[in-house]
Order: sequence, then structure tokens, then C-alpha cells
Amino acid sequence: MTLGAGLGVVVTRNVAHAALLLLVSLVAVAGLYLILFAEFLALVQVLIYGGAIIIVLLFAIMLTRSADYPRISDNRQWPLAAVAALGLLGVLAAAFLAAPQTTGETVSRPQSPAFTDLGNSLFTTWAIPFEIASLVLLAALIGAIIIARDGGEQG
Amino acid sequence: MVPLVYFQLVSAGLFAIGVYGVLARRSAVLIVMSIELMLNAVNINLIAAAAYLEGTGNFQGFAGHIIAIFVITIAAAEVGLALAIILRMYRNRATVNVDEIDLMKW
Repeated sequence: MTLGAGLGVVVTRNVAHAALLLLVSLVAVAGLYLILFAEFLALVQVLIYGGAIIIVLLFAIMLTRSADYPRISDNRQWPLAAVAALGLLGVLAAAFLAAPQTTGETVSRPQSPAFTDLGNSLFTTWAIPFEIASLVLLAALIGAIIIARDGGEQG
Repeated sequence: MVPLVYFQLVSAGLFAIGVYGVLARRSAVLIVMSIELMLNAVNINLIAAAAYLEGTGNFQGFAGHIIAIFVITIAAAEVGLALAIILRMYRNRATVNVDEIDLMKW
């Protein structure tokens, strides 16, 4: 389902359909996280991707009026792109299949990492990356506001 | 439980789809979407590896989960910034097609 929707994202002609298919694909990825016992990640995935990023993408599509000419076309190098993507897929799949298989002894692991453990780890071991990430977010927000606002030098 | 290699194959497929999208699309918004697909592929790999490494002893501090959270954070920042740039580009050049943005072409 993830792959099908992802394929739809790159082959559909309609920009709005592409965004909605991307939503389907991301929610399916959240389902994969649930299979892997990562409930917190699934929650974050649905909230941030399904909520925020898709809304922002739809806003961008509407503001740039791409919907007025929905028959967007691929560029002329798409056969080359397909060859490159398939080649990459082949290389990655070969590497994964050739790697020593971990027949997980974690099969029976029933519980996910508890939220408290995750939080403790985030604020002790990973405290400095956490602060850096918050700074990056702040800088990106300010930069986005400054870039997108009216009244720039070429406004 | 499903073998790890299945998750890795799904991840590889999603990454390849993202690569195709970045290379073949003309609209900048769609290129951003494809980049999101690739980031998600990487996240699937991280989470799967974390889940399967937990029982093997060489696993500490929920590294896979935490790094996936950071990837999601950076992806959110990247999308906001990229869409601001796209809006700016559209306002100045009235197009979102990347092959018509040749301002810096030599």
C-alpha cells in the first residue's frame, strides 16, 4: 500500500491527487511503524506528516495555482530517471538480500519502548542534538517567514 | 515477526520511487513531495533496524527511534523552507517548473 500510493505520487498528472496520495502513503508508513512496535513514531508520523506537512503542501499548491493547469508534465529526461531509479532499486535490493539475515530473536518482543524511556533518553543522552534541532527549526521558521513575506526587494 | 529484509525492500522501493520523482518531475512542489518519500524510506529503515537490534545486546539509548524523530523534525523544517522558496519563486517568475528557473544558468 505504501509502495502503490508512493508510485501514484510520482505518476499521477494532477497535483492535488498527488498530494492526497502522498497522505495515503505516509499513513501507510505509520502503519509500518505500528508493526515495528514504534507507537510513538506512528503518532508523530500521523500528526506531523498527515497533519502539518500535507496541509502546507496543499496550501502551496493552491497559492501557486498549480491546480489551474493540472496537466503537469514530466520533463524530457524521464526515461533516464526511470532507468536510474530502477538501477538504484536493484542495487539496494541486492545489497539487502546479500546481507547476513538477522532472523530476529526479537520476534517475541511484545512491548514498545515506553514513552518515558524514550523521553528520558531524548533529554539525557540526546539533549544536545535536541537543542540543535530546536534551533534549526527556529531558524527555518524565521527564514521561511522572511522569504515568503510581501514587500521584499523584488516583491 | 516479519523478517527484516522485507522492511528493507519496502524502504528501497520507496526510496527508488522518490528518486524517480525528483528526477522526472517538473513542478517544484512535486519534487518536494518526492523528497518526503525518500525521507520516509530512510525512517522505515531506521525503525526496522532499531526494532530488530534491540534484542541483540548492542543497542543503547533508543538510537533508531531518536534519530527518526530528528529526521522528521528536519523534514518539517525543510518543507516549510522549501515551500516559502517556491512561493517566492512563483511570485517572481510566475512558474513552479524547475526547468524554467534558469536565473543562475551559466
